[in-house]
Amino acid sequence: MREILDDIDRWRAAGQRVAVARVVQTEGSSPREPGAAMAVSETGEVAGSVSGGCVEGAVVGAALDVLSGERTRGVITFGYSDDEAFAVGLTCGGTIHLYLEVLDW
Amino acid sequence: MTLYETLSAALRTQRPVAFATVTDGIGLGAKLLVEADGTTQGSLGNVDLDRVVVRDALGELAAGRSSARHYGAHGEARERDVTVFIESFAPPPRMIIFGAVDFTAALARSAKLLGFRVTVCDARAVFATAQRFPMADEVANEWPDKHLERVGSLLGPRDAVCVLTHDAKFDVPAITSAVKTSVGYLGAMGSRKTHDKRTERLRDAGLTDAELARVMSPIGLDLGARTPEEVAVSVCAEIIALRTGRVPRPLRDTDGPIHEPVSGR
Repeated sequence: MREILDDIDRWRAAGQRVAVARVVQTEGSSPREPGAAMAVSETGEVAGSVSGGCVEGAVVGAALDVLSGERTRGVITFGYSDDEAFAVGLTCGGTIHLYLEVLDW
Repeated sequence: MTLYETLSAALRTQRPVAFATVTDGIGLGAKLLVEADGTTQGSLGNVDLDRVVVRDALGELAAGRSSARHYGAHGEARERDVTVFIESFAPPPRMIIFGAVDFTAALARSAKLLGFRVTVCDARAVFATAQRFPMADEVANEWPDKHLERVGSLLGPRDAVCVLTHDAKFDVPAITSAVKTSVGYLGAMGSRKTHDKRTERLRDAGLTDAELARVMSPIGLDLGARTPEEVAVSVCAEIIALRTGRVPRPLRDTDGPIHEPVSGR
C-alpha cells in the first residue's frame, strides 16, 4: 500500500476516483502475500501489483467496472481451477483472493 | 481526517498501524484502523466485533502479519458471518552492521533492497562517516556494546545484526551484546581460523552453547562469493533462508511449493 500512495494522491488531486485491490488471502503457491495492493484510476492508470503480472490485466478491468458501478465491491478470486468470469490463472498454480473496492473512505 | 488520510500519514511516517476491512458478510466494506496503543478510528458496525478485532489486530501488528479472519456478527469465534481482512503495517525491519569495512557498503545496499532500515556502526570515527555510507539510514560512531545497550531492546525476529569487523576487540562485545537481544539473525564475518579463535573468546566471555548456536559464523551461504557485492548477496540470502526455515538448494533439485502458502484463518 505504501508504494502506491503517491499515485493515489496524484490521481485524487486531479479529481479522479480510484479503485483499490488488495490481496486478502492466498492458497498454494502464489508470488505476493496478503496486503499486496494495486490501485486503478478512472482513466485506467495503474499503480502497484497483486501477482507476478498474471492477473493484473483482469484486475484493471474489474476495477474499472467497480468505478463505473457495473460491479459491486467484494472479493474476486483468481486461481488455477478458476470457474469465475475471468479465465485467467496464476502461472505458479496458486489461488489468490483480492478484495476490490472504490477508495471512498 | 478520513481513514485514508490517517492511514497514509501513518504509512509515510512509518507509524505502526493495523487496518481491518470487512471483505465478506454483514457490514461489507466497513473499516477499523487500530493504532499500536489500541486507539481506533472507524468501526466494523458492531461494538463487540470491534473489540475482538482490535485485540486480534494488535496481535497481528506485533507479528508483522496480515490475514483474513472469520467471526460471528458480534465477534464470536468459530462462526463465519463476517470475514475481516486485518492488514498490519509494521515499520521496516532493522539491520545493524558493525564494522565500517570494505564489505559494509555492499551489504548496506543489498539490505536496503530487501527493505531493511540500515545502521552502520563503528567505534572508529574515521571510518564511520555518512559520506562513506550514503546508502545507510544511520551511521553511528559508537562501540558496539554501547550501541546495543541503546537500541538492543528494539530488535526482534525480523531484524538482523551483521558483525563485519573481524577484529576480536570489536567482534566480541558486539556478539556478546547481540545474543542478549531477540534479534532474528546474527552473523559474524571471518575466515574459519578467525571463527575458531573468536568462538574461543566468546566462550571465555561467558557465552553458552545455545547463545553460540545463534551466531551464523562464518557469515553467509556457501556460494563461492568473493567480491563485497557477492558476499552481500550470500549474507542476504542466508537471512531470508533463516527467516523462512528453508535449507537453501537449487529449486531444480527440490520438490514442493516454491512459495510458502500463507493461509488465512
